[in-house]
Amino acid sequence: PRPASLLALCCRNSLLEAELVQKGQRLPAPRKTGTTIAGVVYKDGVVLGADTRATEGMIVADKNCSKIHFISPNIYCCGAGTAADTEMTTQMISSNLELHSLSTGRLPRVVTANRMLKQMLFRYQGYIGASLVLGGVDVTGPHLYSIYPHGSTDKLPYVTMGSGSLAAMAVFEDKYKQDMEEEEAKQLVRDAIAAGIYNDLGSGSNIDICVISKNKLDFLRPYDVANRKGERYGRYKCEKGTTAVLTENVALLEIEVVDETVQTMDTS
Amino acid sequence: NSRGASALLKDSIPIAEFSASGLFEGHDLLRRGFTSVKNELLPSHPLELSEKNFQLNQDKTNFDTLRNIQGLHAPLKLQMEFRAVKQVQRLPFLHSSNIALDTLRGNDECISFEDILNDPSQSEVMGEPHMMMEYKLGLL
Repeated sequence: PRPASLLALCCRNSLLEAELVQKGQRLPAPRKTGTTIAGVVYKDGVVLGADTRATEGMIVADKNCSKIHFISPNIYCCGAGTAADTEMTTQMISSNLELHSLSTGRLPRVVTANRMLKQMLFRYQGYIGASLVLGGVDVTGPHLYSIYPHGSTDKLPYVTMGSGSLAAMAVFEDKYKQDMEEEEAKQLVRDAIAAGIYNDLGSGSNIDICVISKNKLDFLRPYDVANRKGERYGRYKCEKGTTAVLTENVALLEIEVVDETVQTMDTS
Repeated sequence: NSRGASALLKDSIPIAEFSASGLFEGHDLLRRGFTSVKNELLPSHPLELSEKNFQLNQDKTNFDTLRNIQGLHAPLKLQMEFRAVKQVQRLPFLHSSNIALDTLRGNDECISFEDILNDPSQSEVMGEPHMMMEYKLGLL
């Protein structure tokens, strides 16, 4: 019974849209994360990176949103696409993975999270607009997956998603090496996200980085502030006395008590 | 293409809610818009039919797999348990937790959209208890 009543709202939505189109207006645009997200596998683990701009059509809705979502202590997921979809999807998979790991008694594996995500996204046939970069370290080693809205997944050593993915992938293709050190990997991801920020309108603001390895987890937010807001050089306020005062007239406001009621609280 | 069109039709047409009274009050104008044949027959969203039958299809697939692996007795026994467990329900106007059914299906360890969105225990409307009991007992 549940989905039927939810989809009844679709009738209303289509009626509303038809009416608005008649008047020449549009339905409000959902908030998207036109984004650059990227991940890379290095010697001891994975490094995930993301920018921090969320757009609503042509407006920047959030200058510092967090796109790297928690799935489990050893698995994190970056999300591109419709912001609500990525948030809710990752939260649900995080809950399901927690229940699953309590049931098995083991640390969750990245491949489990991947399988759960792809089954859910395929069930909704691409209507959930969430493109994800899933990375983590488990007993079998470091793993990195990219997951598309229709439910297909790729397992690769370096992945990028979002509107700035081409710019970031260009940097990866140029500089990626196998078995990098941690600092090298962090610098590479930083450069890739910066390429997305500078060359894509949908990405901007800061760069967040998440380093996951077997014995530690670093969530660096922000790792680098690529776009700084301009600083004001002077004071633009006028001092008191800039404008000459010619006359001054002070009038007191008369307030009289018209009605007073006391209502006792019902403490019975 | 009549074959394609019939695959798109809804498989059941909803009847007006029970506690309706008055000329148009069986139909929720605010939520469903004006009555039209198109709204009754065609689904309002491409995923409506697949989502409505999702649990049924999942059960069917699981039973088929179980039959192929373990033989006919396995799904038969499980279906018997399902049927027994579905009979344990609360009174008609209260929703039941279906905890045994969820455990049998394996849904007790899963959270999906049915648990978060549109939870029936948080619904704003409720059927009239007396009328529903009378209907169930056949006194109406």
